[in-house]
Amino acid sequence: MTKIFYTKDHEWIRLDGDIGAVGISNYAQEQLGDIVFVELPQPGTKTAQGDEIAVVESVKAASEIYAPVTGEITEANSALEDAPATVNEAAESDGWFFKIRLTNKAELDGLMDAGAYQSFIEGLA
Amino acid sequence: MTETTDAVLRKTPLYALHVALGAKMVPFANYSMPVNYPAGILKEHLHTREKAGLFDVSHMGQAMLTALPGIDIAAAFEALVPGAISELKPGQMRYTTLLNAQGGILDDLMVTRPVRPEHQHQLFLVVNAGRKQEDFAHIEAALDGKATLARMEDRALLALQGPTAAKVLARLVPEVVELSFMHGRRFRAGTDELIISRCGYTGEDGFEISVPANAAESWAQRLLAEPEAAPIGLGARDSLRLEAGLCLYGHDIDETTTPVEANLLWSISKRRREAGGFPGSTIIQAQIKDGPKRLRVGIRPEGRAPAREGTIILDANNAEIGHVTSGTFSPTLNAPIAMGYVAASHAADGSPINLMVRGKPLAAHVVPMPFIPKRFHR
Repeated sequence: MTKIFYTKDHEWIRLDGDIGAVGISNYAQEQLGDIVFVELPQPGTKTAQGDEIAVVESVKAASEIYAPVTGEITEANSALEDAPATVNEAAESDGWFFKIRLTNKAELDGLMDAGAYQSFIEGLA
Repeated sequence: MTETTDAVLRKTPLYALHVALGAKMVPFANYSMPVNYPAGILKEHLHTREKAGLFDVSHMGQAMLTALPGIDIAAAFEALVPGAISELKPGQMRYTTLLNAQGGILDDLMVTRPVRPEHQHQLFLVVNAGRKQEDFAHIEAALDGKATLARMEDRALLALQGPTAAKVLARLVPEVVELSFMHGRRFRAGTDELIISRCGYTGEDGFEISVPANAAESWAQRLLAEPEAAPIGLGARDSLRLEAGLCLYGHDIDETTTPVEANLLWSISKRRREAGGFPGSTIIQAQIKDGPKRLRVGIRPEGRAPAREGTIILDANNAEIGHVTSGTFSPTLNAPIAMGYVAASHAADGSPINLMVRGKPLAAHVVPMPFIPKRFHR
């Protein structure tokens, strides 16, 4: 069974072995509105937890995506470059941004599971 | 913290309607305003270009300027603005700018000469929300002993914009079809006195409708009941005006930019360029004669990444030549667009420039504005 974790900055990471797919939550895409551009990291990029690693832009503004964990980018979802609205349509599935090979799985302990994240966003309303 | 901010925010007469329509409300110019409705900015933008969009612009400042006996109101107001107010025919309106002594823009505004003979000592003004207190105080001080200014706080302002705006509004007020572009006058509709102007800030045909505050919600609902009309928030208002190449005060123009630098020379008539007699006219006349050092231009970045306000503009040799003042993703063109100031040497259409976006130069070109063809009703 794959496990999904969320950050307070509204990224999610879904684990498959040592590799996690990363995107923004459905709540985040609703807040951003129509997404018109994404800037994705190059495979091979090494990043630390909390670093700015990608950018998502709506008509109105640009927002940074932070790496939810430390690791190395293995793949970018280049389909988003021509179809950024996929993030609006399927934020937590087809709208993933990149995959990352985790180097410190202990970092996941500091993230929220789906239930905790749901409570977190309800607290923001 | 946010609670205190919300508590002091002002509400327009349409606040309850916005909330009922599911709008996302944001603070703007001390008002709580709808940035978008559930349809979202992109759909709202395209809807306005295809059909008709209804905007609440009640936060803007409406005022009636009335001359004291023996004073020519148009001549008096020309001391504050470079626009040709004296030439306005009854019922005609004009876009102009309030200037400071350096020729810097204090605000941009619409000025209408009323239609009726008994109102020829008056001008109807509509100014920006974020500047209205300052503007009105400035006008009152400058015209002390010549005119009085009545703030029309008891009125709301609706904008109906788009290719079917005239058809929609004519179902409620049939006489509006007689208005030509940049003309406005009073209409009586039932018990309400409206001031309807054929103008707007989207590049489309459309109207601004000044209504008594207590009738605003009923007018908005009657307009929204028409099948072509949909509510449109400030988010789409911004992308629409940017596509139309129109300035947003505080971003594309401010006290440090003159109308010449802002590429608003078209708003200064030949007579006024020659005769001067407006604040900063010596500076502005010199800029007209010698050319300004910098100019507001349209910008098309290559690729899909928008260049936002504040982005540094470089020439082909990476020397800094200006900055972006507004930038977005154009829903109509499906591409990024921007406007900004560049050194006059790089202001010609087609000039290659670079935009520093997130530390990397992004290739772009200077292009003519508007970014889309204007569809005003002439």
